Amino acid sequence: MSNLFDLLVAGLATGAIYALVAVGFTLLWQTSQTINFAQGEFVMLPAFLMLAAMHAGAPFWLAIILGILMSMILLGLAFKVLLVDPMMRHGVLPLAIATMALAIGIKEAVKQFFSAEASPFPSIVPTGDIAILGHAVSLQSIGVLVVAILAVFGLTTLLNRTSLGHQMQAAAQNPTVARIIGVPVERMILLTFLINAFLVALASLLITPIYLAKFSSGEVLGQAAFIAAIVGGFNQVRGAIAGGLLIGVLDNLAAAYVSTQYRAAVPMIFLIAVILLRPQGLLGRAEERTV
Amino acid sequence: MKSTLLVGALLTAITTTGAFAQAIKLADVAELSGGGATVGTNWKNGIDLAIEEINAKGGVLGRKLEVSHADSQSNPGVARAQVQKALDAEPYVLLGPGYSGSVKVTAPLAAEAGIAQIMGGEAAELTQAGNKFLFRTSFGQQSSMPKVAKYIHDDMKAKSVAVAWVNNDFGRGGRDVVVKELERLGSKVVADLSTEAGQADFAADVGKIKAANPDAVFVYLNEEESARILKELKRQGVTAPLMGETTLIGQKVIELAGDAANGARGHVGLTTDAPVDLIKTFRDKFAKKYNYVPDHNGLKGYLAVYMVKATTEKMGKVDSKAFADTLHGLTIKAADEPGILMDVTFNETGDIDRQSFLVEVVEGKQVVKQVLPKVK
Repeated sequence: MSNLFDLLVAGLATGAIYALVAVGFTLLWQTSQTINFAQGEFVMLPAFLMLAAMHAGAPFWLAIILGILMSMILLGLAFKVLLVDPMMRHGVLPLAIATMALAIGIKEAVKQFFSAEASPFPSIVPTGDIAILGHAVSLQSIGVLVVAILAVFGLTTLLNRTSLGHQMQAAAQNPTVARIIGVPVERMILLTFLINAFLVALASLLITPIYLAKFSSGEVLGQAAFIAAIVGGFNQVRGAIAGGLLIGVLDNLAAAYVSTQYRAAVPMIFLIAVILLRPQGLLGRAEERTV
Repeated sequence: MKSTLLVGALLTAITTTGAFAQAIKLADVAELSGGGATVGTNWKNGIDLAIEEINAKGGVLGRKLEVSHADSQSNPGVARAQVQKALDAEPYVLLGPGYSGSVKVTAPLAAEAGIAQIMGGEAAELTQAGNKFLFRTSFGQQSSMPKVAKYIHDDMKAKSVAVAWVNNDFGRGGRDVVVKELERLGSKVVADLSTEAGQADFAADVGKIKAANPDAVFVYLNEEESARILKELKRQGVTAPLMGETTLIGQKVIELAGDAANGARGHVGLTTDAPVDLIKTFRDKFAKKYNYVPDHNGLKGYLAVYMVKATTEKMGKVDSKAFADTLHGLTIKAADEPGILMDVTFNETGDIDRQSFLVEVVEGKQVVKQVLPKVK
């Protein structure tokens, strides 16, 4: 029983990070029909930007700020202007393939300019335990969960409670009508790209102390977040959150109770089941789109 | 006619005195990227350092050493292709790879070409297939694992042991020997966990270890995964003593795992913290050249080149075909060849006999707790 509790906590902490990345997936899809296959690499890169800042002499807190800002410039603004905008007019598929190429490019660049070896990365949460319901739970797990929940809460508040959020939703749901009623659609789309860049930088900050900073660490994350987004519902932020948490827990339970070798297969099987039985995702809504 | 003869005589004189002697070509195939990048980079740097030293002192039998490095990408398939390519260039000796899985698929190629292969792999089975051209730079698992099991049983007094291993040739080989030895000695294996190479998340595995509540945990993973599991063991508050091999307490693991590595123990065939003067000198030279402290793979690469030097000088000629025969049964003394760092004997299967060390990580540093002597 104690084992199950530990597994749930660890799974939720990892799942919360998947959720952050999956939310970014869904935001980009909703506003610009971008399926970003480089999303995993987007999580890997900010950690290296922060490390580079630290190597240049910046203290950790400043490196975090610089890393997040650099991510928003590179993975938000530059990604949209240099890759998405020119490719978008050719359709969803060429853009998706371009993001795959981008993923390879980012990985190789990090390998080339940084190192092929893993590097340690400091944690924003101190090590240590805290007792919850008689169980010792690591502060790191709690910290990851709290930061991820705050980020998601902040995002949903922005989307649902502010005029800016309503404009973003309008731009996502029907750009033509949104334009007619005066919503600056282009600016709203850019804002989603910046929010995605912020979320992946945050995910990077939370996951890298555990996974280590390595050029290839985005592969696992990108895949998990992609599955989470589809399972939860690609067109719903809350779906992506639920999908992320579910995949995190499922992965840990599968490793513990099914088999370590087949742990990666269990979320996949779950994904296939969802696609067959509920194609719009667990919390998604059915929609038709011309692609 | 006279002038032609003169030129001919001059050319003969020049080539026989060695003023224009061809360099001795070595080929290295190592894990320069992928999961084994730490292994391969250290190995490569060790090789380069040794070659630089040897060439600065006039080379081997008056000939310079040259090496070509190829990247196996930590992938046995790529390693095989790279080794085939390297062998096509007819090197004097083949160096690497470091991963046992890659050695396993490349060793038949080198043997077929009749080229000696000096490698970093530690899986027990590598030298048990009757290959006459394969040589280790470190202990095979059949030599090290019984020492590990004995330490867990006798010194740690562990009656129950959790074993976490990586599911590849290296991990499986070590796991098989250590589990057999532990059971023979009377220590019960209460958790037997296979993990995947490149695995990022160890929460579930450590959860199982915690649930089994063992007296000791034996961890046998590659370096990066070792660092991740050490962090997770600390995160979940597992307090049982940790025992492993070089891969658990290597410099890179300590750097990556930070505080979580403290207290971990390991049997180490080679360590740059060994209380041996020649090794300390090596460590300083390496750190000066590359700005970091090498792990045992740096030592292995360095030793591989000095094995080439000592064997060639023993033969008194550069003879690729006779190389393997000469190295079998050869004892190289550090007093005669300081680059070999410690006295070493190579047996008929290419395995080595050398003193080894029992190391504990104390405040981020490897501290040698015991020196285990050469067997023979």
